[in-house]
Amino acid sequence: MAEKKFTKEHEWIEKSDQIIIIGITEFAQDQLGDIVSIELPQVASSFKQNDVMAIIDSVKASSDIYCPVDGEIIEINEKLLEHPELINQSPYEEGWIVKIKPNNPEQIDSLLSKEQYDELVGQSKE
Amino acid sequence: MRSPFFKNHLELKAKMVDFHGWEMPLQYSGIIDEHKNVRESVGLFDVSHMGRFKIKGEAESQIQHLITNDISKIGDKQSIYSPMCNENGGIIDDVIVNRINSNEFVIVVNSSNIKKDLSWITKNVKSCEIQNVTDDYALLALQGPKAENVLKDAGVEQIENLKTFYLLEAKLYDIDCIISRTGYTGEDGFELFFDSKQVQVWEKLLETGTKYGIKPIGLGARDTLRLEAGLMLYGNDIDETITPLEAPLKWTVKFETEFIGKAALEQKKVERKIRGFEIIEAKRVARKDNKIYDEEKEIGIVTSGSFSPTLGKPIGYCFVPIEYSLEREIKIDIGGKFFDSKLTSTRFYKR
Repeated sequence: MAEKKFTKEHEWIEKSDQIIIIGITEFAQDQLGDIVSIELPQVASSFKQNDVMAIIDSVKASSDIYCPVDGEIIEINEKLLEHPELINQSPYEEGWIVKIKPNNPEQIDSLLSKEQYDELVGQSKE
Repeated sequence: MRSPFFKNHLELKAKMVDFHGWEMPLQYSGIIDEHKNVRESVGLFDVSHMGRFKIKGEAESQIQHLITNDISKIGDKQSIYSPMCNENGGIIDDVIVNRINSNEFVIVVNSSNIKKDLSWITKNVKSCEIQNVTDDYALLALQGPKAENVLKDAGVEQIENLKTFYLLEAKLYDIDCIISRTGYTGEDGFELFFDSKQVQVWEKLLETGTKYGIKPIGLGARDTLRLEAGLMLYGNDIDETITPLEAPLKWTVKFETEFIGKAALEQKKVERKIRGFEIIEAKRVARKDNKIYDEEKEIGIVTSGSFSPTLGKPIGYCFVPIEYSLEREIKIDIGGKFFDSKLTSTRFYKR
């Protein structure tokens, strides 16, 4: 499995062939607490890097999910509509959010490595 | 500021939050899990951040002047809930007055209002001894259908005979304790006042409650529990610009008594009202300050919004014009999108 990249906004991405899978990190789901709903984008819609593409509601807060790179949505995790708690239970597997086809795959290179992200999260914990 | 149980919260790996200057637990196992535990069995809350003032002396008629409810309705060892209004009828705070005896009262206030209330009370209650005892006493809440069982097992005699809004001076694990049958969850339950040095009570209650499935409960679930139960939160739903008649607190305003703000409340026409709402179908959660619409027209604002773990849907309270009655369909603007909703009672849950 390919190595994950991360954003400062706590999304993770994983490249697989020509598409990337996007979700939110373990840290993000833990901070949000119990997730009770998600608003997903439509398949075939396009987003620019840092556009809001989904919204997650937990009991205590609403949180925007940003598109990490320019691209087109090719699949959404429809299971989340009925079971948004999958994001809490399995943020890196069953709780993935969307798959997109990136327009500028080189944008991926500028995202954070796992080490960089862990460092970021370590700091914001204190 | 820290409660006497700060270390216990850290040991339990609570997620801590700053609440009006207090470092308090937001959640332990998770808001929904904690919420359900209180509804189904029992939960233990640290509410030591709530302000407490002891008033000694000829205070009854002076306290009556401060509150809209009728203090003459309670005798010794009883409690009464009431708004405390300013001259305009705006709510300075909502408080519980505990009458220990005719010469001693303990008023419990919101933590965000401790300073303001103390100066208001000091200004209006003369020739009495007024003490801020917030730091001297710990305050825990034990809430849920099994709360009585836990106190019984903890050695509290006669707890089964204690009525709602009555006080009991009792021994809790051999510690002097004042127990009131009150709470902020919509469940049966108790609030426990005792010497703040007796921090072992927290662990002992969790131990005694183990066989009933007790869990520690944070401020997150405290908020969802009170929201389902139709209870107002000061600073969200009510404040000094809002009168008890605009809030669902008419039952606490006794015009046959004399109190500050009475003239204003008698004269002012009530034009808006706090109602409950639920969002239909969509599960987006409305939050405080989201706007309420009737078709294209903005008619109100959300004062509290969250997700109801019991009902499994988003609920909340909002201000709307008085003529908007229950079941009326409205729309709520959440981040620029409009969600079909309807007005409801503020009591989403009754035990």
